[in-house]
Amino acid sequence: MAATTESLPARAKRPVSQRAGRWLSNNLIRIYAVFGFTYLFIPVGYTFVYSFNNSGKSNLNWRGFTTDKWANPCGAPDVCNALSNSLKIGLIATAVATVLGTMIAFALARHRFRGRTVTNLTIFLPMATPEVVLGASLLAFFLNVGVPLGFQTIVIAHIMFCISFVVVTVKARLASLDPRLEQAAMDLYADEWQTFRRITFPLVLPGIVAGALLAFSLSFDDFIITNFNSGDVNTFPKFVWVSSLRGIPAQANVIGSAMFFIALFAVLLGQAVTRRRRA
Amino acid sequence: MVEATGGRDLRLEHVTKRFGTFAAVDDLSLTIPSGSFFALLGPSGCGKTTTLRMVAGLEEPTAGTIHIGTDDVTYAKPYKRPVNTVFQSYALFPHLDIFENVAFGLRRRGAKQIKQEVEKALELVELGGLAKRKPAQLSGGQQQRVALARAIVNRPAVLLLDEPLGALDLKLRRQMQIELKRIQTEVGLTFVHVTHDQEEAMTMADTIAVMNSGHIEQLGNPTQLYESPNTAYVANFLGQSNLIRATVVGTSGDDLLLDVHGSRLAAPVSRRASGDKELLIGVRPEKIHLGAPDEVVPDNHNVLRDGVVTDASFTGVSTQYLVRLPWDQEVMVFVQNLGVGGVLVPGTKVSLSWNPAHTFALDGSEDALAGVQLEEPVSVG
Repeated sequence: MAATTESLPARAKRPVSQRAGRWLSNNLIRIYAVFGFTYLFIPVGYTFVYSFNNSGKSNLNWRGFTTDKWANPCGAPDVCNALSNSLKIGLIATAVATVLGTMIAFALARHRFRGRTVTNLTIFLPMATPEVVLGASLLAFFLNVGVPLGFQTIVIAHIMFCISFVVVTVKARLASLDPRLEQAAMDLYADEWQTFRRITFPLVLPGIVAGALLAFSLSFDDFIITNFNSGDVNTFPKFVWVSSLRGIPAQANVIGSAMFFIALFAVLLGQAVTRRRRA
Repeated sequence: MVEATGGRDLRLEHVTKRFGTFAAVDDLSLTIPSGSFFALLGPSGCGKTTTLRMVAGLEEPTAGTIHIGTDDVTYAKPYKRPVNTVFQSYALFPHLDIFENVAFGLRRRGAKQIKQEVEKALELVELGGLAKRKPAQLSGGQQQRVALARAIVNRPAVLLLDEPLGALDLKLRRQMQIELKRIQTEVGLTFVHVTHDQEEAMTMADTIAVMNSGHIEQLGNPTQLYESPNTAYVANFLGQSNLIRATVVGTSGDDLLLDVHGSRLAAPVSRRASGDKELLIGVRPEKIHLGAPDEVVPDNHNVLRDGVVTDASFTGVSTQYLVRLPWDQEVMVFVQNLGVGGVLVPGTKVSLSWNPAHTFALDGSEDALAGVQLEEPVSVG
């Protein structure tokens, strides 16, 4: 128990245990957040730190600091080829899925047509199906139809599952769009096309961008479905997985860290832009 | 600036709008003269907003025609008619600043001198300095003004206002009522104003059409509607009325002689809007004089005795009394606060008297409670 004197304010008179309890209850959420973020960022931090490892073939033990790997990220065999495949596939799949997905979202949100319910369900399926099942069924399909596996089959597979995410994101944005805004535009002499271009599209754009970013990261990230349908084409996740059997080169850490910082920068930039627009 | 398209009447002929089997607007015919401030007044679901949307082109009539001047616009697209709307929720474009919101219509029509026109419109609604703000940064009242500026800057032949003041608080609403009226006088456009608020309609409009389940009950200027309602619905919806059952027992000069539960009353023949022998006679609460039970009233005045005060609410300007008559009907009486006498307590015996000229008469088969407003009218039209 804390020693008490008459002159001390009431607060200080409380026993230590009670004060500690109060401090804990006031800061619990912060402590929880510190643990949560630590847990999330330990792998990222590890990857980043080991991108400076002066390693040979394997990157498991610390052998001294070097920036060589950052100076020469393509140094390890095939790493940049895999990265470039992943980026190309990601960009194509994102572009196609965003255009198609946005159009599907508009159709589903704005029109009542036969087969609408079925379409809604079908769109949802790729998100609900385990990737293993999706990858295997696609492989069976490509083999049956006789499509040679490779770059094109990866792109087709990625477009397929990316569309779902774009549709869901854009549809949510469309649902929150006040139909009276479009009516007001029409009332103010804008025809259907002008209404779309000046009002609907700019207001739905954040949803479309969000859908596209989601599609790109899902495509870049995908391993299971890709592995089934890639033939001998290498992608970055596939490269990491294959080399993990022999030892991942530090260049993989360099590329992984770079991707992380690019994404972080993009998010910060996005927030800065939104904040400036609001101000 | 595109030339003002004024000087053209808005004409609705036999317009009907059905949603499934429900007729929201039922064979409505109406001519709104150019330059007038016209109000469509009615409770929610009476068809006033549907009528407005058909004029704007946002809804297609099931039958009938709509003309602006000589142009048939019944099926014209919204952007092909000289009509602009101030929406109930304002519907300002959230991604555009105030200037671009107001300039939107001008730009779509390729107008010249957009900057001057927009600035003039913003000056008119007293928002000159806010052109660079976004709608979300303005208060409700300011957004309402922007919505108004965005519409009038186009000088439409008809300006539609859909419950434009519904979202504002009472004080701001009063202020905007006066503002709207000023702006209408200043720009001289035809304003068609949809509202459920009878006071708002009476304050602003030259002509009011009282709507009820898809048709017009009565059309006239505020005084006509208030002093000489044609139906119990109008009598109750505009202000408050005391409707009492009466039987005609004869005539004397220009007056009908009436029997009301044994009392002899009179009403001008000219103020019988409908009906024959069995009537509902009406008198407004502020027209009734509240007197002592045996008070001597002027000759020929209508008098009902043996009333008992059942409720008194002092509102400052006046005291509102409920007086129960011997046949158990309660009559409302407003007594102006002239500083003489106090507030009568419930239980006081009183007599009611009024000038027969203030009596109007309706068909006795009407529902005496038609159009009585609930305490809190629903704002959705």
